[in-house]
Amino acid sequence: MSILKKVLKNNENLYYAFSNKKVIFGLVIFSAVILLAIIGPMITPYGYEEYAGVGYQSPSKDHFFGTTLFGQDVFTRTVHGLRMTLKVGFFAGSIAAILGCVIGFISGYYSGTLLDEGLMMITNLFLTLPTIPLIVTLTAFMEYRGMFILSLLVGVTNWPWVARAVRSQTLAIKNTEYVNLSKISSVSVFKIIRQDVAANMFSYVFMVFIILFQGTILAAVGLEFLGLGPTRGISLGLVIRTAVNWNAVELGMWWWAILPGAVLTIMIISLYFVNTGLDQVFNPRLREM
Amino acid sequence: MGKYFGKKFIVYVFTFAVAITINWAAPRFMPGDPIQSLLNRFGNIEGGTEIIHSNFSQLFGLDKPILQQYLGFWKSIFTGDLGISIHSFPSPVFDIIKSAILYDIIIMVPSIILSWIVGNNLGAISGMKKKADNFLMPFFYFLSSAPYFWFAVIVVFVFSVQFGLFPVGGAYSSTMIPRFSFNFIVDFLRHWFLPFFSMFLIQLGGWAIGMRNMILYERSSNYSKYMKALGSSEKLIRNYGFRNGILPQVTGLALRLSNIIGGMVMVQMVFSYPGLGYQMLQAIMNQDYFLLQGCFIFIIILVLVSNFIIDIVYMLIDPRVRLSYSEEV
Repeated sequence: MSILKKVLKNNENLYYAFSNKKVIFGLVIFSAVILLAIIGPMITPYGYEEYAGVGYQSPSKDHFFGTTLFGQDVFTRTVHGLRMTLKVGFFAGSIAAILGCVIGFISGYYSGTLLDEGLMMITNLFLTLPTIPLIVTLTAFMEYRGMFILSLLVGVTNWPWVARAVRSQTLAIKNTEYVNLSKISSVSVFKIIRQDVAANMFSYVFMVFIILFQGTILAAVGLEFLGLGPTRGISLGLVIRTAVNWNAVELGMWWWAILPGAVLTIMIISLYFVNTGLDQVFNPRLREM
Repeated sequence: MGKYFGKKFIVYVFTFAVAITINWAAPRFMPGDPIQSLLNRFGNIEGGTEIIHSNFSQLFGLDKPILQQYLGFWKSIFTGDLGISIHSFPSPVFDIIKSAILYDIIIMVPSIILSWIVGNNLGAISGMKKKADNFLMPFFYFLSSAPYFWFAVIVVFVFSVQFGLFPVGGAYSSTMIPRFSFNFIVDFLRHWFLPFFSMFLIQLGGWAIGMRNMILYERSSNYSKYMKALGSSEKLIRNYGFRNGILPQVTGLALRLSNIIGGMVMVQMVFSYPGLGYQMLQAIMNQDYFLLQGCFIFIIILVLVSNFIIDIVYMLIDPRVRLSYSEEV
């Protein structure tokens, strides 16, 4: 406990982060959902395709989220699916964050050159291309879709706005005195970007990553819903897809279609709270409000 | 004016070219063999193999060298010859798309315009009044956090199942014959409302959050503090902030168009509303690759045209852009 206090005292941002109500509130809910994805599959006594009890049951003590038309346990399906969806979202978000940051840094640092023009052209192109139809077209021709290839597709289509945001931040930092000093001292470009530019944008990039994570999870779950998720295993989008295909809502089985999505929505809302909280932490001007 | 549009135009042409190239390359270079799987499916139907072979050689020209195939693909696009749908044989893909794209437009255009107006105004109110903010913001967060299709399912649950107000599925009842009569129009509108309403709500949250943040930012600027010191009303300060905040919101519309289209594909699937997105998914389920490619091309065209319209609107409402081209500044 005392170590924690010491760490918090030494790091101002962390201290403010952990004394901000919104951040704490968001983090608690976020961790709860992550825990559900990790522990959930271990504590449910059923398999996700297994017959768990009478079908068409509303939520009860035995079946937290009720059962499907075929007697599968919706809770089991949700936690298994959540695991897959979060994995895809996380990998895709990481890929997009790395791509966006690298392109943003380079483009911002070499602003005005042909390299910058070219990179921004590609960025604008990817911004204009409608991503979901694009991925749909690509995946339609695949007979087998693994988790990794999906993450790659979602990641590669989600980086452009990160690149633009990082570029504009880099432009602002690029002309500061300490960067000029590094340039005069003939420090390598890589080192300048890493030590002078990136280090000063850490908080910003961290928040960008949170927003990105929200986006990639939503994109992943959307693809799964369209039937283009991983071909093996179960995902959250697939749970809702089967529910919609079997007219769950029209049959009055709202728990089958709505509860699995609610878990994901709650998680994404919690990330919003973390983000607005962190915004106040990193921008002292917003703190007073 | 020329420079502004010139640069945009290059990006659009480039985007279109890349999209067409992807569209051309996907069936050829993706792992898996769509042609073989098609042959397997239709091989046992009498004459099926010939139909597919002639179809593929017509559009794909698989026996020719690769560069010629590519150029041939471009040629077929400009002549509007997108092949014949395999699922609904023998209607040409172009005809299917022509009737589908109308459904996209009647959902997309009103929902974008209305949610943009309502969202911006609600966001401005939320940015000015702390009390309203406290209950409006969580609602906006909810709207923009929910997966699009899940939200559509909730809309179905509330308005169709619980209250029984609107029918779900298709663009009109299957018993109706499409013609210009009062009954048909009412039926059509009843089917139209829920997909439209879902799209409206999905977009609402994002606009409101964006405008709220813009108003908060404008309120902390010096000019609004000065106005406050002069004793001007809250409404006047809000109007000035609103005018400044509206510009990024127009650019935001162009940036979010790709998301909106993605949302529309999912919403159409929930409602079985026969727009381009729905046709696209049907095409995948039936392995109708010509239809799939055609839908993709037309979605791209739809996005590019919308982008172009937004550019024009932006030029009209931003005095800096407008004046700099008429050389008054």
